[in-house]
Amino acid sequence: MRMWFICRFCCPAAQSNSNPEWEAKVLEYFKGQLKEKESHSWVPSLNDVPLHYLKPNSLVKFRCLVQDMFDPEFYMGVYETVDPSTKANVLRCGKYKDVTECGVDLNSRNTVTAERQTFYCVPIPGESPWAKEISFLSAARVVPSTSYVPSRQKRSYEEDDDDMDTQPQKQREPHTGTHQAEPHGNGDSKRQETEAPSSQTTTPSDCSSHLDLNFPLPGERGPACLVKVYEGLDSFKLNDTLEIYGILSVNPVLTVLGEEKDPSLLLLNPTESMETPEEQRAHDPPASLVPRLHMLYARPLQHNNPLLPSAPTEDQSAFVSSFLVEMASVRAELLAYLTHVLLGDGLAAEYLLLHLISDVYTRRDVLPLGKFTLNLSGCPLNSYTERLYQIVQQLVPCSYRLSMSLHTMNSMRLVPKKDYVANRLVSGALQLARNTSLFLDETQLEQGQLDSSGVRNITALGNLISWQKVDYDFSYHQMEFPCNINVLVTSEGRSLLPSDCQVPLQPQVTPPNMEEYLTTIHMAQFTSQINKFRVYLSLARTLDYSISDEVTKAVEDDFVDMRKDDPQSVTAEDLHRMLVVARLLSLSLGQTTLSRDGWMRAKHIDMLRRSRTEQQKSLNGNEP
Amino acid sequence: MSSPTSTPVGSKPSSDGLASPPSQRRRGQDSSNGDLPAMPTSPATDIASPAVHDTSLFSSPRRSVLPSEVDMSSPLIGVRGTPVRQRPDLGSARKAPQVDLHTELPSADGAVASEQAAGQKLVIWGTDVNVGTCKEKFQRFLQRFIDPTSNEDENAGLDLNEPLYMQKLEEISVIGEPVLNVNCSHVQSFDADLYRQLISYPQEVIPTFDMAVNELFFERFPDSILEHQIQVRPYNALKTRNMRSLNPEDIDQMITISGMVIRTSQLIPEMQEAFFQCQVCAFSTRVEVDRGRIAEPAVCRNCNTTHSLALIHNRSAFSDKQMIKVQESPDDMPAGQTPHTTIVYAHNDLVDKVQPGDRINITGIYRAVPMRENPRQSTVKSVYKTHIDVIHFRKTDEKRLHGLDEDSDQKLFTEERVQTLKELAAKPDVYERLSSALAPSIYEQEDIKKGILLQLFGGTRKDFSQTGRGNFRAEVNILLCGDPGTSKSQLLQYVFNLVPRGQYTSGKGSSAVGLTAYVMKDPETKQLVLQTGALVLSDNGICCIDEFDKMSDSTRSVLHEVMEQQTLSIAKAGIICQLNARTSVLAAANPVESQWNPKKTTIENIQLPHTLLSRFDLIFLMLDPQDEAYDRRLAHHLVALYYQSEEQIEEEFLDMAVLKDYIAYARTYINPRLNEEASQALIEAYVDMRKIGSGRGMVSAYPRQLESLIRLAEAHAKVRFSDKVETVDVEEAKRLHREALKQSATDPRTGFVDISILTTGMSATARKRKEEVAQALKKMIQSRGKIPAMKYQQLFDDLRGQSEAAITKDMFEEALRALADEDYLTVTGKTVRLL
Repeated sequence: MRMWFICRFCCPAAQSNSNPEWEAKVLEYFKGQLKEKESHSWVPSLNDVPLHYLKPNSLVKFRCLVQDMFDPEFYMGVYETVDPSTKANVLRCGKYKDVTECGVDLNSRNTVTAERQTFYCVPIPGESPWAKEISFLSAARVVPSTSYVPSRQKRSYEEDDDDMDTQPQKQREPHTGTHQAEPHGNGDSKRQETEAPSSQTTTPSDCSSHLDLNFPLPGERGPACLVKVYEGLDSFKLNDTLEIYGILSVNPVLTVLGEEKDPSLLLLNPTESMETPEEQRAHDPPASLVPRLHMLYARPLQHNNPLLPSAPTEDQSAFVSSFLVEMASVRAELLAYLTHVLLGDGLAAEYLLLHLISDVYTRRDVLPLGKFTLNLSGCPLNSYTERLYQIVQQLVPCSYRLSMSLHTMNSMRLVPKKDYVANRLVSGALQLARNTSLFLDETQLEQGQLDSSGVRNITALGNLISWQKVDYDFSYHQMEFPCNINVLVTSEGRSLLPSDCQVPLQPQVTPPNMEEYLTTIHMAQFTSQINKFRVYLSLARTLDYSISDEVTKAVEDDFVDMRKDDPQSVTAEDLHRMLVVARLLSLSLGQTTLSRDGWMRAKHIDMLRRSRTEQQKSLNGNEP
Repeated sequence: MSSPTSTPVGSKPSSDGLASPPSQRRRGQDSSNGDLPAMPTSPATDIASPAVHDTSLFSSPRRSVLPSEVDMSSPLIGVRGTPVRQRPDLGSARKAPQVDLHTELPSADGAVASEQAAGQKLVIWGTDVNVGTCKEKFQRFLQRFIDPTSNEDENAGLDLNEPLYMQKLEEISVIGEPVLNVNCSHVQSFDADLYRQLISYPQEVIPTFDMAVNELFFERFPDSILEHQIQVRPYNALKTRNMRSLNPEDIDQMITISGMVIRTSQLIPEMQEAFFQCQVCAFSTRVEVDRGRIAEPAVCRNCNTTHSLALIHNRSAFSDKQMIKVQESPDDMPAGQTPHTTIVYAHNDLVDKVQPGDRINITGIYRAVPMRENPRQSTVKSVYKTHIDVIHFRKTDEKRLHGLDEDSDQKLFTEERVQTLKELAAKPDVYERLSSALAPSIYEQEDIKKGILLQLFGGTRKDFSQTGRGNFRAEVNILLCGDPGTSKSQLLQYVFNLVPRGQYTSGKGSSAVGLTAYVMKDPETKQLVLQTGALVLSDNGICCIDEFDKMSDSTRSVLHEVMEQQTLSIAKAGIICQLNARTSVLAAANPVESQWNPKKTTIENIQLPHTLLSRFDLIFLMLDPQDEAYDRRLAHHLVALYYQSEEQIEEEFLDMAVLKDYIAYARTYINPRLNEEASQALIEAYVDMRKIGSGRGMVSAYPRQLESLIRLAEAHAKVRFSDKVETVDVEEAKRLHREALKQSATDPRTGFVDISILTTGMSATARKRKEEVAQALKKMIQSRGKIPAMKYQQLFDDLRGQSEAAITKDMFEEALRALADEDYLTVTGKTVRLL
């Protein structure tokens, strides 16, 4: 069952008649096939397989984030051309293709114009290495060795040469270096290969120096892709994470077309000169670097944890119910692990755990509900936060550490900005996928002056934390994009950024060598154990949650009582926070309703936390 | 004839079967019309030799039909020698009718087929436009169309009961600007069929209109001298679309879209007519540019030398062209998507009419051009490039600067929507409903929400400029102050999200410049441009200013003008102007001591100048009420907020969209006026307010308070969709005003409401106290006899010892200042000298 060949059959067959029904049928077919169990893992993924190993015009998948949406374009859905062999006029289909076949009759009245839109997609920013690796391995596991591995080899050594003969213009991959890595020998070389494409797209200076692939985060790697979308344009939003199934198009003609310019034509037809070179570069990058993908079908991803079944199918519910049994025990283990990591501070570990499963589950007018920004204050200096981030990174599928040094705050672009010259949205570090863990390291901040861009960046972070939104800069106006990002702030004193909850870290142990200590803790965990934690964190977030009338009543009574004792200390804000804590606490135990116990526990830990903050305050005296 | 006409005719039978209604025309039909300006080498040139093509192209079809109806260009040239100006905005418009006339009608086109049966009618090929009928219809339209209800500013000064466009023609004859703007909705109401043709075949119909209008004009004003012939510029095509809804069906149709200019190009000279001269015999010939190409004559017609003709650039004719990039305006976009951009070409006198940043409505013809075919390439990209050829620009924000009421902003409401809104308005508790729908996530604070609701509606705008009083402010300003964490910011955020032209700034981060306007050098044009700030941007909207107290004094000072005069005067870098900033201000301030001190007055708590405070109509305190019942309701509310399902929420509260529409509708259509009773009630209320104070020997109300009352009453009438302000409205205004006063202007020392706290920054009792201290000090100094100077500190200590009440340093200094004002003493450094 090789679908990427099927589409080669489908299209020519459909071209002969301009009946629009075939399109629906093709889509049906592919969707049907992809629904079949495991079938989606047969499709090679652009994330894992280097581009030059993939057959052009074959079916591939791509796990990505919609970084920018270009203007819609009109293309020839059906066009007429002369068949070179029979000399007869034939109709051809232009859908799912970038280029037409030769000799298009532009004046034919059978031409049908259709509309499609291009999305600029990048791999999910900040995807943890473990997530990439697992998804790669699982793909390699499923694909039988007879399927595309040999064909890849064949292609790289023989077919390439054939192509060179028949199509002289076909561009050969300039980076022969990657060929040296023996494709698919054993597990080790697989590892190398995953890295190969990235080094290829980022290091060669001749290609990439002028081509900024516009990744949100610095140091990102992977293929960016221009995805041509035909259906359901309105259902996609910026920053959606999708798994796209589509037909890969790397026709080298695309590159040549973009570069070739006949200056004599420009005088009479300024249409061509309309696009600035920057714009051309952004919208028509060489196909060898930014392949085109013609979307057949896209699946919105709830999460990008490869350990969890991704689609909400029966599979998943079975998986969930089987895991729920374990939930409490995994939680205990994870808590113990985090306690060690946080130098024996159990309360902070509890809060960190709650933070890691938090999620903006809905919004009431402007208020995002469920966000739980944690401020871990009193962090030891000297690379402790860095190690802490590495541990968090091991647990969550998507994360990014923003070291808030004065220099980065002043120089880094956090908020995406529209570049009108190149007509694209220049990405910034806050353009992140949902549920990405953003680790703000305030311990790196030193005294000094923030310049205006630094102030803007801090404001943007503040807005992100308080409203879970980022105002993208469109220079004439700002546009608000809601987001869902878990922000964890580590600081020495109280953070200058707002937070939902501040926990001063109280280390119980003071290891002489922090590095060693943390490494030992980390090494002590088996991979299977870590995997359990990963599943646990992703799963707890997806559970539904409700609260019964009875408990509602109890909570209300409790609140009134608390206010009665001391109206100053318990405010509406505290209730907001306690409700979130109660929710997360219940979910972390796998309970989907709030019980009285749950509420009392939430109250209890919040009390502990508050007394600790008070203590800290009186200790320091000058804390605001 | 081997030019384009023959090819389509040859394939006629098959294509007729395919021919669909005009709106769904396929691409192929359009391109075979030969309308596209930049079409790559057309098949015509491939089939026919260039020479044949060149000479026979225009002549043969013309002869085949009645000349009088066919030739569109000849009557134009004939009229009094006024030169024709090409219309590059219509593409090769002059050619289309010449080539494409034929006597057969596509049989599939039902509407026209019946016409054909009635008699021999000729239509432009590919359309159902009959030139004669069309011309006649348009002339009739020009001569007869009257729009008595017109309120467009463009028609200012015209007699509305006379034919509108005839007056405009007269205007043209006087002013001499040969452009006639025609509102498409007028055409539609006059003749729907003509309108349909105009929309579907603008390229053919607009030249016909041009012809019609010129004939009419020169008939009526035979002696006028115009620079060139009148050009018709239709605008406001009702098929107005936002950029997002443009699709392949709109190609070659007339559309109106709105957007914002983001980039303009340099001027591009576009060749219209190439001038060739024979190198051998100096014989010259002109060749028109056809679809972006020039067919270079291969043979000189005079001396028959081949390839002897050379292009003479400086004798060729060029027209101006400019590329403009327009971005979809933010209001048109669905959430979570990025704005689309469209390329627009402006021609001739429309060049340089717009600047980046302008919000414009564009009427034009939507075009799609296939990618150029590269001769060395066997394949082409299957993508078209799209653009719009502009016929008419209309700036939407221009009027804001001129101070006329905006009608471009008028949202169009569907009948049903208006019906639902009116039903809602008829409910007796609409006021309560709306106020509870406002920011449902924020608990209670009913009065504050009501105040904000009235602010959203605003008062009626009154213009007394004729009597010299200027505009009365119609906008209601509100200040919220109170403890931190009482969801003030959230309320502000909500309002900001609710109103279409809201701006949200934080006092901490904004400078005076950011609020008002600043002059900036445009990096591209090196021109000085005025960049408007938040207050100007929120003209006709609400400017939400958070952390009002943290604003620097210089920043705050610009608010004085904005909040009363509703204008902003700017004198910067040679730009002196006054901008409108008719914005309501919703500000939030925290108390200086982080916690509200109930023992202090509002002014003392927030430390804002009273001059500014008195410009707020309502000042609310958001305090934690701290009683059990309140706590219970609050808890219930919050828990519900977290755990109610979406549906429940919707049941309980009004949809935000409904609220938005309700406000927009009321703001545009309802202009309540005071009725007799209401005025009486207002007078009484004001007199009452004055009386309260007069008993204690102080002024308790100023005309500003009366104005506030009027505004609030009007706003309340707007909430009810009522055109009259009635007593109920005044009652509510009074109540709300009183509530706000009770909170903000209560003198903590006496417990009385004292308006002077807000107007002078000091309660009457405090002022009295100040007076007393000054007198006591004076007495003390006098009792010491003649000492020319004394130590400051010593004097202070003495006074403290003498007085029975505690005297603070502030009070002492105030007393000194008061005495200095009396010229009794002067203070220099640490010594006090008597005078």
